[in-house]
Amino acid sequence: MTPDEKSTILDVNNLWVTYATENSPLHTVRNVTMKIARGEIYGLVGESGSGKTTLARALVRYLPRNGSITKGSISLAGTDLLALPQSELRKVWGARVTMVHQDPAKAINPSIPVGEQIAEMARVHLGMSQAQAKKKSLEMLEKVQLPDPESVAGRYAHQLSGGMLQRILIATALTTNPQFLIMDEPTTALDVTTEAVILDLVRDLLREYETAVLYITHNLGVVARICDRVGVMYAGELMEEGSIQQVFKQNLHPYTLGLLGCVPRIDMNKSDIDLHTIPGHIPRPNELPQGCIFAPRCAIAEEACNAERPSLADVENNRHMTACRRWADVAKNMHIITKEKVKEEVDMEEIPLLLDARNIEKQFKVRRSGLSNLFAWKPDIVRAVDNMTVRVRKGATMGIVGESGCGKTTFARCVAGFESATSGDLFLDGESLPYSIAERSKATLRKIQLVFQNPDASLNPQHPVGQSVGRPLALLGNVLPSEIEKRVRELFEAVNLPADYVHRLPHELSGGEKQRVAIARAFAADPQLMILDEPISSLDVSVQASLMNLLAELQKSHGTSYLFISHDLAAVRHLSDWIAVVYLGRIWEIGSAEDVFSPPYHPYTEALLSAIPIPDPNIHQERIRLHGSVPSAVNIPAGCRFHTRCPRKIGAICETESPPWQNVTRFHSICCHIPLEELRAMQAPVAVENGKEPQ
Amino acid sequence: MQNVQTAPASRTVRSLKRLRRYPATLFGFTVVGLFLLMAIFGPLVAPYKFSDQELTNKLKPASAEHWFGTDQFGRDIYSRILTGSRDVFTIAGSGTLLAVFLGLTLGLLSGYFGGMMDEALMRLMDVLLSIPPLLLAMIILGTVGPSRLNIVIVVGFLYIPMVARVVRSVVLDIKTREFVEAAKMRGESNSYILFREILPNVLPPLAVEASMRFSYSIFLVASLGFLGLGIQPPSPDWGMMVSEGRTWFNLAPWVLLYPAGTIALLVVGVAFMSDGLRRMLLPGGVTS
Repeated sequence: MTPDEKSTILDVNNLWVTYATENSPLHTVRNVTMKIARGEIYGLVGESGSGKTTLARALVRYLPRNGSITKGSISLAGTDLLALPQSELRKVWGARVTMVHQDPAKAINPSIPVGEQIAEMARVHLGMSQAQAKKKSLEMLEKVQLPDPESVAGRYAHQLSGGMLQRILIATALTTNPQFLIMDEPTTALDVTTEAVILDLVRDLLREYETAVLYITHNLGVVARICDRVGVMYAGELMEEGSIQQVFKQNLHPYTLGLLGCVPRIDMNKSDIDLHTIPGHIPRPNELPQGCIFAPRCAIAEEACNAERPSLADVENNRHMTACRRWADVAKNMHIITKEKVKEEVDMEEIPLLLDARNIEKQFKVRRSGLSNLFAWKPDIVRAVDNMTVRVRKGATMGIVGESGCGKTTFARCVAGFESATSGDLFLDGESLPYSIAERSKATLRKIQLVFQNPDASLNPQHPVGQSVGRPLALLGNVLPSEIEKRVRELFEAVNLPADYVHRLPHELSGGEKQRVAIARAFAADPQLMILDEPISSLDVSVQASLMNLLAELQKSHGTSYLFISHDLAAVRHLSDWIAVVYLGRIWEIGSAEDVFSPPYHPYTEALLSAIPIPDPNIHQERIRLHGSVPSAVNIPAGCRFHTRCPRKIGAICETESPPWQNVTRFHSICCHIPLEELRAMQAPVAVENGKEPQ
Repeated sequence: MQNVQTAPASRTVRSLKRLRRYPATLFGFTVVGLFLLMAIFGPLVAPYKFSDQELTNKLKPASAEHWFGTDQFGRDIYSRILTGSRDVFTIAGSGTLLAVFLGLTLGLLSGYFGGMMDEALMRLMDVLLSIPPLLLAMIILGTVGPSRLNIVIVVGFLYIPMVARVVRSVVLDIKTREFVEAAKMRGESNSYILFREILPNVLPPLAVEASMRFSYSIFLVASLGFLGLGIQPPSPDWGMMVSEGRTWFNLAPWVLLYPAGTIALLVVGVAFMSDGLRRMLLPGGVTS
């Protein structure tokens, strides 16, 4: 699509945004030039701290009080936004420019019915009467494919799921048929299957409305799936801009290339490839290098790169911009991101078991909320984990993957002993393992350690990080007190942290560094089994990549087994030797990582795989979407638990009878009513490069 | 973040610099500081003895000899206020410390162990909270008699629930944090978790709460003095001075206004200081 000048909706030239701070002004966004045409979805990607959100807010002049636009111009379909007085600006907001936020639960007023919130937009900005506005709101709810708009319109935010709320936000934003729409990470808080449905919807709706869209995200896969053009932002400046094909396939900037290399692939794992990492961290706006801002982290930087800061330029005259002076050399340096390894073949059956968790069940009693609670005789029972059997072999990784609320974390907590399992057997290294931490001996405690999801909460904010790592050594590690300090320094080295960090407090570290400390702390006890509960999901892609490499490396040198819990299929695929797919408290497919990710799949696995956004525009994915939401764990559907959403449901048998386990190979089993041959016949590999397969 | 060695020092400097931007906080700290100096040195530098009577010179307005004037017995009001400041600090201060100590203990236990003990303790606190503090203090002191020790105990006792609740809520939040789970995972004892992992995180909000309780205590002690249940004459109690001054208000308003103004100044000063502490110690709300 090559939009001509007339259809340009948003035209930004050399924009600078500055925050006034106590010390000196911070130039958070510098020299940004972009154009977005009618009907075009412009993806803005970048890691946290790159200035994406500041830029988006500046574009609509909605900055905090200490922020201001210091240079440049913004024109919205011919209107000079910077010249508008505040009163005029309010007529632009909501009518010509709207925004969809990341967290729908916070963006919707909890005490007003959602239909009324859409109707309000119509009344205020379109001047409609009550009745017209109500009709309009129903029409919009229908547009975003919500079932039964009449009933949804009367509900409040807490009565709707995250995916439904996000649809309502999109409906609200499109009510006034705006010229320009900003979407700020609209699907980040959602599960991958819900995300896929919303992305399809956004794509279709925006085609219809011909709105110019700025789509902000940190997820390169999402950009590849729905955007037309993409701008890569780094530390407040655009590094590269072009069409999806150009940026993903012929990229001209080493940062983009690096980012793409950081993303794990669903067809390779840790034994095939080391993920690319970008050393160092994003500079803050007050400590920028003199020359190219990416030079200190760049693999192909040379002396001249530090002399002058290159600006974004259309080097090949094809609307593909780059801010790299060595753009011509980027393509020649593809090798910097691909580090394939020689695969070592091992017979997986030979390796002895470390953890054997058999038929684990965990039930919670919950009281219903509200008035009905007063009249309820018995509390409801949530079957969070319902008969899960998982084995972890020595030195290997078992990945447990599933969407939020599927029970994967509860299972991990039962193994760790934080929650006492309701029933089932736990064996560690052949010995029976008591349910609760209180009943486990010190020697057993040492053998199992955990790395948590949230790096901010996993370290005591009042303890220097060296103390946090040293404590398990003193308590469990059979280390002489005089040697503790030395060991702590060794551990810091092992997780690639400078040894002088030991005296720092957690708040002086970045998220990735905190997570490294947490990993060092877990390894201090020299455990046999490490439970990793979403250890990387709150971090940026480049940080994720380096942590995954670190975990793989530590596993190799220490021979530790991992139980890796995650909702991120690509990360699970990369780190795991074995994978179990969990839905509603039960495992539906289990096997070696390679087998689980190739056909035949369980229909749920198939849907998950087809939903993951892959950062490659040339990959063709089967379009299998799950509709509706996950049933509550209080009322688990009879028969196959997945039948309410299964796209491959075969009939009444799915609703009445529990499906049988079928062995595909020695290492791969699927729990489904559909015979394996039929699954094989109907399923294709989930991601195929275009051209390799006739479409 | 870049420089480890200078980080702590520069943080203090930054806190102090930031103080300048909050004149109310600066005011609070200055006032409390001055009053503290007064409590320590006041009785030594007072121009007159608090009980010296000059019956020829009674109810005189402020002058070069008597900066704040004299009362109905010709006693120097300025000297009486200076001398009385020590009692205010020791009694309200000890009462606050007692409340903080007991409240911290109860809050830690109740928050950490939960269950029946939590229920029992918290309902007991609710009972205490449901009675107006001044009323309860009057009843108790009326029965046992108003000695210094008794006042301290009553003040401490009355403010336990507030402190215990704050501590409990912080403990409830901290104890589910992952670093506490990590400690359990490596088999730490309850006392280690309670005192080494949780307690340090309770201290900042506790300091803020304590300073707030201190301002309430000063007011309560003064109120008791006003009602005649404070320190007994002839000791110069500010509350009592206000009470006595009422009789002469038409004739000599300064007898009432100086001690009343002093109480107000100190209470407001402590409240501003407490606000400032909150801003410095808890920049992101109670538990961050």
